[in-house]
Order: sequence, then C-alpha cells, then structure tokens
Amino acid sequence: MILGKVVGTVVTTISHRDYKNRRLLVVQPLVFEGEQPSAEDDFIALDNTQAGIGDTVLVNREGNGARQALKNPDACVISVIVGIVDSIYAEY
Amino acid sequence: MLIAKVIGTTVSTIKDEKLVGRKLLILRQTDEKGEPSGKPYVAVDTVDAGVGDLVLTAAGSSARQTNITKDTPVDSVIMSIIDSLEVDGKIVFRKS
Amino acid sequence: MLFGRVKGTAVCTIKYPGTQGLKLLVVQPVNKKLEPIGILQVAADVVQAGVGDLCVMVRSREAALAMPEIKFVPIDLALVGIVDELEVRPDGEYDVTLRRGRNQFS
Repeated sequence: MILGKVVGTVVTTISHRDYKNRRLLVVQPLVFEGEQPSAEDDFIALDNTQAGIGDTVLVNREGNGARQALKNPDACVISVIVGIVDSIYAEY
Repeated sequence: MLIAKVIGTTVSTIKDEKLVGRKLLILRQTDEKGEPSGKPYVAVDTVDAGVGDLVLTAAGSSARQTNITKDTPVDSVIMSIIDSLEVDGKIVFRKS
Repeated sequence: MLFGRVKGTAVCTIKYPGTQGLKLLVVQPVNKKLEPIGILQVAADVVQAGVGDLCVMVRSREAALAMPEIKFVPIDLALVGIVDELEVRPDGEYDVTLRRGRNQFS
C-alpha cells in the first residue's frame, strides 16, 4: 500500500460495471522531504472510503488486494483507496 | 499492449521444461509508424508471427493468460499481428 | 489505473483466440495534467470509446478481467471508463511531502 494525496476527481458516465456507484479520484503519491513529486507518478484510484480532495489516503495498488477490498473476485480494479490517514510518524 | 517489431528468433536448448516447444521471438518496441525504440526483449509467440511483422505484446501476468503460456515462466506474449494502424485519422502503418 | 487519450485504431486479423471480437484502440497514456507519458500503446475497448476521448485505463491482468465474456485472454491494457469531467487541483495547492517526525493531516 502507498500513501498519497487526493488532488482531483474524475466523472465517468460510461464505465465498466465494476466501477459503478464508486468515485474515481486522482492521487499523487507522497514524496520524501527534498524530493519533487514526479509528473508521471499520479494515478487514478477507486474510492472505497468516502475520501475527498485534499485527504491523505492509504491506497492498495495491487489487484488481488483490491478485489478483496471490493469483495468482488473478478473486479478489474487495481488501485483502491482503503483508508483516510489522520496522522503519520516517519523517521528516515 | 505494446506495439513491437519482430527482429529475430531465439534458439535455446537448455531451458525450463515448460518452455520446451515454445517459439521465442526477439522483439523491439516501436512507435506507431514501426520505428524501433527501446531495448530488445523476448516474447512467446501464440499467433505464428515472423521476423519483420509488427505485433502486439501483452506483458506481466496477462502474458500467462493463454493456453500456450499458462503456468509457464513467461512475462511477455505476442497476442496479435497488426494489419494496420490509424492515428489521428491517418493510416500510419499498413502491413505490406 | 491511469488516463489515456484515444488516438486511433489498430486492425489485427490474426489474434489470439478469445480476443477476436475485441476492439483495439491506439492510446496515448497521459498524466493528470493530460501531458503525454511515454509512447503510444494499444488498449482493448469495452466502453465503446472513440478517437479523441479521454479514458480511464487499467493495466496488467486486471485488464483481462474487464473483458465482457472470456476473461482468460492475454490483454494487459483496457479502457474501462470514458471521462466526462475531470477536476485536478494545481501542483503546490496540497503539500505531498512526507516529513520527518509527526505529520498531522486532520
């Protein structure tokens, strides 16, 4: 799982049935101090937690875990937001 | 899927037993016009492609989703031969 | 999952069995600012997208799971949604740095 910031929302009227009734959000992964976020790192994630723009989120970026989170063994989803982060303590 | 050109064939005697009988082709990723870019890589052929063909390859665990590559140590498979590519309304590649 | 802009179509007569009916589109992967990332790739379409559409794409084996019937197919990129509206906040509006020590977000 990775930590990221929700920076955008995506509206899709026509989408695969596995994506219905859930929001798609644009996530920018967190970077270490002194590093610049890369323009190629952002990705789309399916929201399973009612997250919104500006939230720091925990994202599962692996299909098997995503299918478990969505409780659908055939879901064609890779990235799922599985938590909203309140605080982090980091030493590096 | 990546657009790639078949640039060669591989002969390998000692290999994983699950790869015995599989046709291994050398490919190079290309742009939409068939101009090569990037490093060469090897893929298992499922569609009888030949040297010079422009093909599509699927990578990762998708590459093992064929009857030929199921449960084999394969990470890239040729899944179709391109006849033509149309980009921005123009035919940019047509198989000769 | 990532954004892709549909640029054209790929026509293939010889395809792996099970993928015959699939529409293959030439797509340019793009980032959140719709800037191109890498070179053109080919994706299987399940949402009837057209040239010029901005789409949501899924990579890897999950792309094969997006197929309507046979899911045991060698597909590693699929279009799963057509974007009608995209709102992205500009860079710098939110701090994306993981600082040393305690980071409080809420």
